[in-house]
Amino acid sequence: MWFLDGVFFQRESAMPQPSISKTMTTSESGLAFIFAVAAFLCLIASAKALDAPFAFHAGLSAAASLAAVFFIINRYYDRPAALPPAEINGRPNYNMGPIKFSSFMAMFWGIAGFLVGLIIASQLAWPALNFDLQWIQFGRLRPLHTSAVIFAFGGNVLIATSFYVVQKSCRARLAGDLAPWFVVLGYNYFILIAGTGYLLGVTQSKEYAEPEWYADLWLTIVWVTYLLVFLGTILKRKEPHIFVANWFYLAFIVTIAVLHLGNNPALPVSIFGSKSYIAWGGIQDAMFQWWYGHNAVGFFLTAGFLAIMYYFIPKRAERPIYSYRLSIIHFWALIFLYIWAGPHHLHYTALPDWTQTLGMTFSIMLWMPSWGGMINGLMTLSGAWDKLRTDPVLRMLVVSVAFYGMSTFEGPMMSIKVVNSLSHYTDWTIGHVHSGALGWVGFVSFGALYCLVPWAWNRKGLYSLKLVNWHFWIATLGIVLYISAMWVSGILQGLMWRAYTSLGFLEYSFIETVEAMHPFYVIRAAGGALFLIGALIMAYNLWMTVRVGEQEVQMPVALQPAE
Amino acid sequence: MSFWTRHQVFEKNSIILIVGILLVIAIGGLAEITPLFYLKSTIEVVDGVRPYTPLELAGRNIYVREGCYLCHSQMIRPLRDEVERYGHFSLAAESMFDHPFQWGSKRTGPDLARVGAKYSDDWHVTHMTNPRAIVPQSVMPGYPFLSSTEVDPSTIADHMRTLRTVGVPYSDDQVANAAADMKAQADPDNAGTDAFTKRYAKAVVRNFDGKAGTPTEMDALIAYLQMLGTLVDFKLYNEKANLR
Repeated sequence: MWFLDGVFFQRESAMPQPSISKTMTTSESGLAFIFAVAAFLCLIASAKALDAPFAFHAGLSAAASLAAVFFIINRYYDRPAALPPAEINGRPNYNMGPIKFSSFMAMFWGIAGFLVGLIIASQLAWPALNFDLQWIQFGRLRPLHTSAVIFAFGGNVLIATSFYVVQKSCRARLAGDLAPWFVVLGYNYFILIAGTGYLLGVTQSKEYAEPEWYADLWLTIVWVTYLLVFLGTILKRKEPHIFVANWFYLAFIVTIAVLHLGNNPALPVSIFGSKSYIAWGGIQDAMFQWWYGHNAVGFFLTAGFLAIMYYFIPKRAERPIYSYRLSIIHFWALIFLYIWAGPHHLHYTALPDWTQTLGMTFSIMLWMPSWGGMINGLMTLSGAWDKLRTDPVLRMLVVSVAFYGMSTFEGPMMSIKVVNSLSHYTDWTIGHVHSGALGWVGFVSFGALYCLVPWAWNRKGLYSLKLVNWHFWIATLGIVLYISAMWVSGILQGLMWRAYTSLGFLEYSFIETVEAMHPFYVIRAAGGALFLIGALIMAYNLWMTVRVGEQEVQMPVALQPAE
Repeated sequence: MSFWTRHQVFEKNSIILIVGILLVIAIGGLAEITPLFYLKSTIEVVDGVRPYTPLELAGRNIYVREGCYLCHSQMIRPLRDEVERYGHFSLAAESMFDHPFQWGSKRTGPDLARVGAKYSDDWHVTHMTNPRAIVPQSVMPGYPFLSSTEVDPSTIADHMRTLRTVGVPYSDDQVANAAADMKAQADPDNAGTDAFTKRYAKAVVRNFDGKAGTPTEMDALIAYLQMLGTLVDFKLYNEKANLR
C-alpha cells in the first residue's frame, strides 16, 4: 500500500517508542495463519475447478490471501511495539484509517457504478452498444450496475460513516485492531468477486442477491465481523445512552444479516464449481426473494442512510435533532412495518391473495413512519434554514430528505393493487427506484462524504464549496430528467399495454410499446450522464481536499495517527 | 414511569436493543412466509407439470446466466389485456420446480411464460443471433455466441442430483440417463429418443438449432423456451376447484 501512504496512513515516526519488547498479537499471528491456509486451499480449488470463472475466483482469492498475510506481517514490522492506545491524555484516540479507505472506495465504486448505469441506459436506447459480446451485454451489466451502486458505493458509505459515527457518539476507539481493516478490505473483496462474477456469467439470478454461494459465504464472515466491531465499540462507550443513529445502524447490520441468510441458502453442484441451486423453489422462492429485496431497500438503503441523516444533518446544521421521541417512534415503527412490505412486488402474481393484501396494507402504513422520519430530519433545520443559502453541503443533505419524502409517498401509492396493475413491469418502477436511489441515497451519501472527508483527514474544510454547488445543480438536473422520463415512459407503456380499439382488440403490439420508449430512454441516459458528471466533480473536489486542503489547527489528540 | 423512561432500557443496553430489533423484524417475515410452506391452497392441483429435461435445464441455466429475467417476466397476471396478449394467467404450480424462480420484475421485452410453441425454432435461432433481423425496433442484445458454444452433457446429472436434494422430484432413471437424454432431445435420429420421451411427458425432440453434432447452447436455450407454458392443458384444468 506504499502508494497510498499519506492518504490512508500516517507515518508513525512522531510517536515516542516505548521500550517494551515487540511481539505479534494473537490476532495478528492467528489471522496471518488462517490466510496462509486459505491461500493454500484456494490454490487447490483453483486447480480442481470445474469452470473457468471459479478457477479465476479461486486463483484471485489465493493471491488476495497471500496479500493479506503480507499486509499483516508488514504492518507488524512497521508498527511500534505497543498497539495504538484507546485514549491519549484522557481523550479517545479515534481510528480513522478504515474510514478513510472506505470513503475512498465509496467514491471509486460510485463513479464505476454510475458509469455502468449510463452504459446500460445507452444500451436500451441504442442496442448496438451491446456489441454482441456476452461479457458486456445488458443482462450481465445490469446486476453489475445495481450491485456497484447499492452494495459497493452505498455499502462503503455505510461502513465509513458507521465506523465514524459509532466512535464519535460513543467517545470510544473502534473495537479491534485488525478487525476493522478486515471488514473494509473483506467487504470490498466481496464486491470484486461479485462484480467480476457477473461479467463472467456467475449469478443466481435473485435480484440484488445475485452473487453465488462462495461469495455469499465470504460476505457472511465479513458481515458478522462488522457486527462485532460495531457492537464492540458500543459496548466500550463512555456515554450512558446509545445515540439514535447507532440504533439505525444496528438495525441495518442485524437485519441485513437475517435477510442475507434467509434469501441465500443454496446447494452448490460441486464445491469446485460456481453453480448452485437455491433451496427455495417457485412461489416460496419468490416470496423469500422479495422479502429480501424490499428490505434491502428498507434496511440497507433506508435504515442505514437514516442513521446518516440522524448524525450528519444535526452536526452540519449545528442544531439538535428536532424530536427525540419522534425518533423513537420512527425507529420501531419503521423496522416493524418495513419487513411486511415485500409482497407488493408480487401483486397479481401467483402469490396467494392474502399475502398480497397484507403486503399492500403494511406498505400503505409504512408511509407514516417514513414521513415521521422525514419531518424529524427536516425540522432539525429549525432556526438554521438560512444555512441552506450559504452551505451547499447542507442543502444536499436537506434535499436528500425531501427526495426521501417524495419516494416514500410514491412507494406506498404504487403498492396499491390497482395502481400497481398499471405500474408493475414498467419503467415507472425504475423511475421510483431512482428518485430514491439518486435523490435520497445518492445525495445523503454525497453530503455525508463532503462532511466526512475533511473530518477524517483533518482538513479545515472542503477544497471548494463552489464545486459542491456545481455538483448539486448538475446532479439535481440529472435526477429531474431521469425520473420524469421514466414516469412518462412507464405510465405510457402501462397504458399502451392495456389500450383497446373500439372493436375490442388490443390496440398495440408489444414492439410498438418498445418503440415508443426510445425518446425517453435517450433522455434518461442524458440524466444519468449529468449525475455521473456531478460525481466526477465531487471526486476531484475530495481529492484536492485531501491533497492540498489546509490542515485543521491541531489539537493534541488529533495529531495521533490512526494506524 | 412513563413510556419514554421505560424505553431507556433499549437506549442503555445494546444487547437488549439487538434482541428487540430481532423480535420486531421477525414477526412480519414469519407471518407472511411460513404459511406458504404448509397452506395446501398455495399451489394449485394441476396435471402435467414435470421437472425440466436435461437439455431444458441446461437452457434454463443459460437463461439465468445471461440475465434474461431482467427484461422478460414469466408471470402472466389475471388482467384482461395480459390474458389476451399472452394466454392463461400463470399458476403457482407451473413454477413449483423452479430453483430459482424466474417470474421477473420488468417487461422491457414481452412476457415469456407461454412463449413455448409460439414461434418456430428457426425464428428463435435468427432472433437470438440478431434480434433486429426479425424485429427491427427491438432493443434486445444479440446472442450469436450461443450457436458456437457446446453444452456439456457430462455434468448435467450432477445438476439434477443437486436439484433433487432441494426438492425437485427427478427419478433415479432420469438422473442415470441424463447425459444420453440431453443428446437425444436435440437429435431426432438418436436411438434413445423413445426412451427419453417416456421419461419426460410432452418433451419435444427436435434439432433446435438446425446443426448436427453435440447440442449447443442455442439448442438448450431454444428447447427451454419452446417448453415454457406448454405443460398444463388448460382445457382440462379445473379453474373452480383451484379458486383461492
